[in-house]
Amino acid sequence: MAKERKIGAYICRGCGIGQALDADRLEEVAAREGRANLVRQHDFLCAPEGVETIRADLASGEVSDVVVCACSGRAMTSTFRFDGVAVARANLREGVVWSRARKGESSALADAGSSDSSERGEIPAKTGETTGEAEVSSSERETMQEMADDHIRMACTEIRFMTPPSPSLEQTLNRTILVVGGGISGMTAALESARAGYSVTIVEKSATLGGFAARLWKRIPDRSPCEAPVDPGIATLVSEVSVHERITVETSSKISRTSGSPGKFKVTIERCDPASGDDGSTGSRTETFGAIIQATGFTPFDPSHIPELGYAASGDVVTSSELEALALAAKGEALVRPSDAKPIKSVLFVQCAGQRSSKPGHLSYCSGYCCAASIKQAMYFQDADPSIETVVLYSDMRTPGSGGEDFYRSGQSRGIVFTKGETSAISAAGEGGGARVRYRDLILDEEVERDFDLVVLATGMVANAGVDSEANDTKTDEPDTNASAPAAIEIPVESILNLTYRQGPDLPHLAHGFADSHFICFPYETRRTGIYAAGPVRRPMDIAQAREDATGSAMKAIQAIENAGRGRAAHPRSGDLSFPKVRYDGCTQCKRCTVECPFGAIDEDEKRYPLFNESRCRRCGTCMGACPVRVISFENYSIDTVGQQIKSVEIPDETENKPRILVLACENDAWPALDMAARLRRSWSVFARVIPIRCLGSVNTIWVTDALNAGYDGVMLMGCKSGENYQCHFVKGSEMAQYRMTKIDDTLEQLGLEKERVITHEVAITDIERAPRLINEMERTIARIGPSPLKF
Amino acid sequence: MPKRQYSFYPGCSSQKGASASNYLTSVEAMCDELDVELNEIPDWNCCSASIGYCGGGELPRLALSARNIALSEEHNRGQDIVATCAACWLATRETKERLEEDDDLMRETNQALAEAGLVLENTTRIRHMVEVLIEDIGYEEMGRHVKKPLEGMKIAGYVGCQTNRPFGIEGESFENPMYLDKLTETLGAESVKDYDRKVSCCGGALAFSEPEKSQALIKEIIEAAYDGGADMIVTPCPVCQMNVEIYQDEINAKYGTRFDMPVAYYSTLMAVAYGKTPKQAGLDGHVIRAKKLEKIAGKG
Amino acid sequence: MSENNNEMIERYRGNFLREVEDNVEEGEWVKMCMQCGVCSGSCPLGPHWDFGPQTLFMMIRAGKRDEVLAAEGPWMCTSCYNCIVRCPRELPITHIMHGLAHYAVRMGLAPKNQPTRKFSDLFWKNLKADGRVNELRLGISLYFMHGFVDGIKTALKKAPLGLGMVRTKRMNPMEFFGGHKVRDRKGFHRMLEKAEEIESARIEKGPRPGAE
Repeated sequence: MAKERKIGAYICRGCGIGQALDADRLEEVAAREGRANLVRQHDFLCAPEGVETIRADLASGEVSDVVVCACSGRAMTSTFRFDGVAVARANLREGVVWSRARKGESSALADAGSSDSSERGEIPAKTGETTGEAEVSSSERETMQEMADDHIRMACTEIRFMTPPSPSLEQTLNRTILVVGGGISGMTAALESARAGYSVTIVEKSATLGGFAARLWKRIPDRSPCEAPVDPGIATLVSEVSVHERITVETSSKISRTSGSPGKFKVTIERCDPASGDDGSTGSRTETFGAIIQATGFTPFDPSHIPELGYAASGDVVTSSELEALALAAKGEALVRPSDAKPIKSVLFVQCAGQRSSKPGHLSYCSGYCCAASIKQAMYFQDADPSIETVVLYSDMRTPGSGGEDFYRSGQSRGIVFTKGETSAISAAGEGGGARVRYRDLILDEEVERDFDLVVLATGMVANAGVDSEANDTKTDEPDTNASAPAAIEIPVESILNLTYRQGPDLPHLAHGFADSHFICFPYETRRTGIYAAGPVRRPMDIAQAREDATGSAMKAIQAIENAGRGRAAHPRSGDLSFPKVRYDGCTQCKRCTVECPFGAIDEDEKRYPLFNESRCRRCGTCMGACPVRVISFENYSIDTVGQQIKSVEIPDETENKPRILVLACENDAWPALDMAARLRRSWSVFARVIPIRCLGSVNTIWVTDALNAGYDGVMLMGCKSGENYQCHFVKGSEMAQYRMTKIDDTLEQLGLEKERVITHEVAITDIERAPRLINEMERTIARIGPSPLKF
Repeated sequence: MPKRQYSFYPGCSSQKGASASNYLTSVEAMCDELDVELNEIPDWNCCSASIGYCGGGELPRLALSARNIALSEEHNRGQDIVATCAACWLATRETKERLEEDDDLMRETNQALAEAGLVLENTTRIRHMVEVLIEDIGYEEMGRHVKKPLEGMKIAGYVGCQTNRPFGIEGESFENPMYLDKLTETLGAESVKDYDRKVSCCGGALAFSEPEKSQALIKEIIEAAYDGGADMIVTPCPVCQMNVEIYQDEINAKYGTRFDMPVAYYSTLMAVAYGKTPKQAGLDGHVIRAKKLEKIAGKG
Repeated sequence: MSENNNEMIERYRGNFLREVEDNVEEGEWVKMCMQCGVCSGSCPLGPHWDFGPQTLFMMIRAGKRDEVLAAEGPWMCTSCYNCIVRCPRELPITHIMHGLAHYAVRMGLAPKNQPTRKFSDLFWKNLKADGRVNELRLGISLYFMHGFVDGIKTALKKAPLGLGMVRTKRMNPMEFFGGHKVRDRKGFHRMLEKAEEIESARIEKGPRPGAE
């Protein structure tokens, strides 16, 4: 900051801006109020000559910081990026001109827009209806100009509080990856990483590699023609892993401690010999890794506590994983009844056993692989002896994947009978052995009771995701109405990663015990940067999906390592070099930042001050929004970069009947939605002032109170969906904002303001029609309740 | 010799004095105009029309159509078989495809045909007259022959079942085939857009055995044509034509409706548009007179 | 016929699905049904039958032989082919329905007074006699299919309709006494007899070797 700052403001007259607005007046605002040292106008700023003008000014030293007064900050990003230079954008095109195109305005405005769009491949404007209409009225023109003036003021203010972010000195490049779990997902992730040139250590709890897949006789096919079960392929995978020069395998080992952050995870690997007693520890060592892939798989659901499944009642009722063990032992020989070793003539597969049910003790979700697994197992019997009756009792056959349907058809054509029905009771069949099954045939609409030599329960997957650190924060799914019902399934919980993070020892879960990851946008990205979940620990899946998942997670781990080495953020602000700076002398150690950070990036130091870990941070600013004393900021995004913009807007006198509405719009969904709406020439209130923010989580309530105190008539927060089906790119940001806003009512009351003046909306990127409508509704609300009494 | 030669399978309903005899009359007039010659398969037999299955098993029914194909291959060698009746076309084409796929059935069929001194090679293409019109002649040429455009008429194109499913006309959808609409427009008439019973079933042969159930279906078909503002219905199928036309009195008596909706073959429309006499166009075969069409046909 | 039936019961011992696969036209497709119900939902006679295709297929798998072969459902097929074109598994449902109806007759289990059964039977006999269908004779026999008195009533009721058809020359009363016929009736009959003989032998002696 020691360097003298010279602000250059560049006003573009292209894309209809010049026709709709008085560019000379904008220049005056930038110079006088924005205190820009140099202001230039250009007919087409993003053209090479325009950009060259800016570069020349920067090179000559006439300008040090740039304000681009042209299109939305989401457009022409690379054109207006100048290395090491702070750039602020005044959104005149989408934010003012395009979103003001109404009937009655000159066609020149829209025409200019469409000629531009044809060059850029953007959505062209509808121009027909405006042709020949009367000129826009002078008062309309004036309010639009005021809107543009404010955008110039906002951008010129923002730039004065910004510094270009520079990499910190924390970065370390460590091209090694730790893979936790030596099953098919872990081995695939290890091989993919190693083939890409990264060194890998696999830590496997048991004595051998292979995981669940090694206990299969055959697996579901995933390559055409997908007609018959195929070899699991584990032996090949194990030998490939074992001989790879960049892969180290640690079997009979666990992780007893993980600290650090991407690029420098310090991990203590403990060797344990199960034969040597309870603890079994036979020594440990600590190693440093750049990234971690957690592929700890699943445990088959234990149905013994559900009496109607008859698992405890008959020895001839087995789970599908137990049947695999029998098949593996039989090595292709005919299977016999477990209870008395007699030949099996009839088998029933009960789908969704203990799954897809809200009953206590059941898994509420679909495990996704069991339908195809039962078809595969029925083929074991059919292939050994076609006269064996194999029946699959299902409620919905679900065979995902490209070959799933073919495999299902193959099962049907081999004579496996598929019956849609609902099991009500399974019990021992009596002295002759076997099991008696009572079910309702849902097609024939009748109760059926019959005996089978063997009943196979298609049970689901329970994730091995370790300790849910947020279990106490979130409510459980089961309502506590049925006290006598068995408690929800108890998963033996032992930490897997033993993270030393303040927020808990393992990856946070979302629902049903699976590791939380952003399902839509970044499926491999968990809530701990640099640690990636792959395979059934993330969501239920089959082998084919797990291998794909493992490959994806390997790519993400590599990306995390390279980002950490350069001090850059991971998704969604990938490449961002900004990083939270803390003014420790003001910190009151309230711990809100350490608690609210969605990514567990903030620990505490020995003096109990927040300790930020740069490479764990996703740069969402939730800590900044949380801080009551406002000591956290980013170089290019801070309480001031936004707060001073809010204050820079001119608030007209109440007699002018020109309200001001502040819209804080999330840059991931709400802002793009508004940009797209503008391209389609949807208009929103001319009294709104939209400021993009990184995430609703970064909204500090001081912005809202400052705005109200300054005389704004209303404040709108637009962010992503929160909750179990969240859309928030930073997982918890919008949830945090919603929570904080519940407390704003007190503030409003103190200020003597109506509750309606502050409103929070969930806006999706697809809400192109709705987002402008919401702003217009706010304008009507303000009209109804009248101007803010705080104007002066 | 006319430009296009086909082996013709008229089918039972087109025989003299039978229910679709006027279909044949109009087809002849239409073909005359379009320079198409239909060479009747000598001594053809009934196809069993997807209803003979009570007494007739799979193989005997296949043998029926196989005999017709074999006769065509013997006498009208190299010519595509063309049927005007939906059921005839369907049964014959189905037979051809089934026998192509199943060598055992093919062998057994030829064993049976040998008793009649016939051999099936099964190399003949089986087509509906509508396919010939659309694929071999084309809308443009069909339009060129129009002398009396069917101006001022609004026509509901009732495609029905068997001309549409399971084979249908190449390039058309099962749920909303457009060829009758295109054809009526080619002839200068207006088509009923979104005729929502276009591919509904009229009951087929069950109009005889389950008259009440079938007439309920027929009622919907006619009602939808009225709803669309139609002057008449056009169809490519003799069973559709008969069922939708002749039961209107009974339906009126039962449901209190006042249906008086003429139902014509596409070939009748074409013959009229091509300037043929009402008799040549088969208009005298209508139980419900197509007055608007008669008026156009009667113009000098 | 019932002797035939007993023999089949003996041969398949409760495995009705296999019996259908071996003996019913296109019966080998039944096991490929995935029970989505689109067929039954697409049937124009849906409101009238006891069991639609979806249910019949499930009943076959569940071994409900008597109920399936006595069902009205297959006889209510109008051959509209809606089920076929909509079936996601591409089952030839229409043909299976015809095949089931035919097999039910063969086994002596088809519903006795089913009107379509009677019409179908008349149609076959009509065409078998002369090689072509004589619509008038078919119509007259149809009126009498429920017995003489009913037949007179029906014939009277249909009289205006018949007159309309006669007037428009689409029904020729003379046809009753002569009408259209195949010329080579001898060859035609021999052909059908042979086809019937081959098919019956196949059913009586069990499936063709190698056929699954």
